[in-house]
Amino acid sequence: MTQWTKVALLDDIPRLGARVVHGRQGNIAVFRTAEDQVFAVEDKCPHKGGPLSQGIVFGDKVACPLHGWTIGLGDGCADAPDEGCARTVPVKLENGVVFMEL
Amino acid sequence: MKPMKLVMVGNGMAGVRTLEELLKIAPDLYEITVFGAEPHANYNRILLSPVLAGEMTLQDIMLNDVDWYRENGIRLHLGKQVTKLDRRLRKAYAEDGTCESYDRLLLATGSNPVILPIPGKDLEGVVSYRDIHDTNRMIEAAGHHRHAVVIGGGLLGLEAANGLAQRGMDVTVVHLAEWLMERQLDRAAARMLQRSLERRGLKFLLPKQTQELVGENGRVAKVRFADGDEIPAELVVMAVGIRPNTALAESCGLLCNRGIVVSDTLQTYDPRIYAVGECASHRGTAYGLVAPLFEMAKVCANHLALLGFGRYQGSVTSTKLKVTGIDLFSAGNFTGNEQSEEIVLHDAVGGVYKKLVIENNQIVGSVMYGDTADGAWYFQLMRDGQAIGEIRDHLMFGQNHLGNAGHLGQSKAANMPDDMEVCGCNGVCKGTIVTAIKEKGLFTLEDVRKHTKASSSCGSCTGLVEQILASTVGGAYTPQASADKPVCGCTDLTHEEVRKAIKEQRLLSIPATMKFLSWGNPNGCASCRPALNYYLLCAWPHEAQDDPQSRFINERAHANIQKDGTFSVVPRMFGGVTSAGDLRRIADVVDKYRIPTIKVTGGQRIDLLGVQKEDLPKVWADLDMPSGHAYAKALRTVKTCVGSEWCRFGVQDSTRMGIDLEQAFWKMYAPHKVKMAVSGCPRNCAESGIKDVGVIGVDSGWEIYVGGNGGIKTEVAQFLVKVKTPEEVLEYAGAFVQLYREEARYLDRTVHFIQRVGLDYVKKRVADDAEGRRALYQRLLYALQGEKDPWRERSRQASDSREFETIEI
Ligand code: SRM
Ligand SMILES: Cc1cc2nc3c(=O)[nH]c(=O)nc-3n(C[C@H](O)[C@H](O)[C@H](O)COP(=O)(O)OP(=O)(O)OC[C@H]3O[C@@H](n4cnc5c(N)ncnc54)[C@H](O)[C@@H]3O)c2cc1C
Ligand code: SF4
Ligand code: FES
Repeated sequence: MTQWTKVALLDDIPRLGARVVHGRQGNIAVFRTAEDQVFAVEDKCPHKGGPLSQGIVFGDKVACPLHGWTIGLGDGCADAPDEGCARTVPVKLENGVVFMEL
Repeated sequence: MKPMKLVMVGNGMAGVRTLEELLKIAPDLYEITVFGAEPHANYNRILLSPVLAGEMTLQDIMLNDVDWYRENGIRLHLGKQVTKLDRRLRKAYAEDGTCESYDRLLLATGSNPVILPIPGKDLEGVVSYRDIHDTNRMIEAAGHHRHAVVIGGGLLGLEAANGLAQRGMDVTVVHLAEWLMERQLDRAAARMLQRSLERRGLKFLLPKQTQELVGENGRVAKVRFADGDEIPAELVVMAVGIRPNTALAESCGLLCNRGIVVSDTLQTYDPRIYAVGECASHRGTAYGLVAPLFEMAKVCANHLALLGFGRYQGSVTSTKLKVTGIDLFSAGNFTGNEQSEEIVLHDAVGGVYKKLVIENNQIVGSVMYGDTADGAWYFQLMRDGQAIGEIRDHLMFGQNHLGNAGHLGQSKAANMPDDMEVCGCNGVCKGTIVTAIKEKGLFTLEDVRKHTKASSSCGSCTGLVEQILASTVGGAYTPQASADKPVCGCTDLTHEEVRKAIKEQRLLSIPATMKFLSWGNPNGCASCRPALNYYLLCAWPHEAQDDPQSRFINERAHANIQKDGTFSVVPRMFGGVTSAGDLRRIADVVDKYRIPTIKVTGGQRIDLLGVQKEDLPKVWADLDMPSGHAYAKALRTVKTCVGSEWCRFGVQDSTRMGIDLEQAFWKMYAPHKVKMAVSGCPRNCAESGIKDVGVIGVDSGWEIYVGGNGGIKTEVAQFLVKVKTPEEVLEYAGAFVQLYREEARYLDRTVHFIQRVGLDYVKKRVADDAEGRRALYQRLLYALQGEKDPWRERSRQASDSREFETIEI
């Protein structure tokens, strides 16, 4: 059964930024885009494990802070020609509250 | 349904590149149809030479296969030549009757090889060298026949001759002019080239005029010359030149004059019809190399996409012969005239020849044979129109000589074995780069960086990578003139244009700037946002809106991110001087937060490494020391030596001077980091010679040096001015950094800035113009007024604590 857990208010996440959710499965980065879409991706770059939550967010992508790979927030995958994906976690936004499926 | 129909005639390199550019910026505007006379999809024509030489296969050189057209929804008519255009009804007809109507038409029909009008030209065994079909015929002939004659000793002819010789044929090159490649080389370089090709077994007849091809049973057997000589030939390759293919355009009445005449927007005289590539004649020139064609493609796509900015203004081209093992490069005007001067280096025994042609203190042409390592560099200096006065003495000895060696001091890519490492940051070998260039069809440094990572980190191997690129794709590689390099892929505007708009339009935020300048992506990318943020703050201090989300994590968190995601903390120690109290507090903080490593940095202060992000504000509060900005594009350290207070040689109080400089400028953001140093005497213990601003005390005052750099490429600082008092040091140093802040491109260090504008310009603004200097200095002081220490602010007020706290669930 899917279980939605409340993790934060949308306002807790800076626009074009992210927050780190620390849980049993390790760190998850929850991103907020300019248009207030939210995405959740494991906070671990497929390259060398860089914390994606600390990167610069643009469009629906984030640039990893360590070596600059671009990771798509929707699928967690690196832009070509780089290869590799970070795990994504389902999220939803309801009335300004962000829920994550855990 | 897409709103408009675009039909392209000619499925070659220029046309398809235009479509690629168009799909990038306006994927949904057109329903696209392509006619190609050849039965193949788009391939890399310039690599036909390695195919002929047996170094590559046809499979290797495909750029866009039929799947690409399908994936992009392009209707492709292969093997269909368009023979008729009806401009009134806007329809294009192919030989077989296929008809397509258009709203816009793109002509990219390339050129045709010139065939000498001599008897025997239609015999079997007489071929030109233009496409896959020709190449296959040559490969076929090489398998069955012995004697080949190549008519034409230009680029194409020599590549053909070399390929046929590699396939075991006995090859003679016949050339009408007195020396080979007379349009690209001077006589001396051509001689050397000829000799080394002769050593590989090629024969040359020149000057020599071909009169007739003599046949036997329908196949060519002999070549007869105007002077009566004859030589055997079962294969004759005509490589005497190309002629823009304008037949179709002329048949429908478009203005042609040695090419289809186009404007700066690549439009023909019929505004619905565009032309790009070798078939086009722009300002009287039809180009025969791909680099200019790609520039045209970009502009043309922009206009097809109805964006309407960008003009094609002509290109300066360079040539490189793609014969493995032969290094040859030429660019621009190499013959010179009355006004020009020449610098020549000619070592016949060592096989090296270099000539630079100089006019009005700028390079206007170059020819190089044997050692082309610096070809790309000269070409860049030439395209940028850079004044070379200051480096003229060293110019001939190349970029290396100016302190720009590759990692292991390699400078000649041609001599490197395939398994030798080119890029030390990313561990990329030469072979990997060559393979990627060939297989992925890469043409630019950016492409190579993206696909191989080579030269994408510290950049010190850029020169080597450029050489590898140039020797693999020949003249198809042209370094972009840095003057018109756009900020990033989100815009076509240069750094200077963006800064100008911010100033003139009084733009105060990133969204406002992007809106005004029609930025390509709604919130830009990780390259342009930090640059814009800096430009705004620099242009409008105290007014522009700072955007933390557009700063790199280090500047957002005011600490350096480490490979494991923890941070480092470097408190400021003005001039490298500390106290028992500060050291004690540092020790206590280390114990309290269990900080794993304490290290003395190369900048005379202490680094606390491995701090958890959420501890940062508490660490700052407990330290109670100002931020060292070790994480920022800002003033880092001002290194000092002990100076006259203690040192037996010291003639000036360098420690005090260093502290004063650091206290005056310590909250200053800049295009890149800024480092300073002050030494108390010319022994220079503070290493002022490799700092952005280096000050050296002498008996009668202070010498100020600028533009030093101790990092990736060691650069020695250059003398700016000598002054008498500490107040003057502050004013001159301040004025210099303000000039750098206002005019350098984001991420250029002071050395790059000075290389671009010239030291003379800096001297004029900072040393000679007293009023201007004071104004610069005042602007800097105004920008710094009331600037806060970020650590104090964040630890006391916890402004946006969200940056530092994790969410626990
Ligand atoms: C800590 C320190 C090494 C040390 O343990 O001594 C250091 C550490 C780093 N240097 Fe450095 N550099 C340090 C002195 C230097 C020096 C020597 C100096 O300043 O006297 C140089 C050469 C001088 C110069 O810059 O001209 C130096 C040339 C570089 C460069 C190459 C810069 C260039 O333009 O060529 C980089 C890369 C960059 O900035 O893009 C760099 C980058 C870095 C970064 C910031 C890498 C990064 O982006 O994460 C390192 C941060 C480590 C950290 O988390 O603290 N570091 N770095 C030194 C800090 C000095 C300080 O107190 O602030
Ligand atoms: C062997 C060789 C080596 C080269 N080496 C280099 C090099 O090292 N560096 C460099 O910069 N350049 C080099 N070039 C030149 C470079 O390949 C050309 O400049 C470039 O391919 C021109 O592109 P284009 O699109 O204008 O023409 P093409 O690539 O020739 O494309 C034109 C296409 O249009 C088709 N066509 C013409 N008329 C019609 C019609 N009516 N209907 C349908 N289709 C039509 C043609 O069949 C052809 O396929 C080399 C060329 C050759 C042949
Ligand atoms: S360089 Fe001069 S001032 Fe500096 S420490 Fe040495 S002697 Fe003293
Ligand atoms: S760890 Fe993300 S780019 Fe290297």
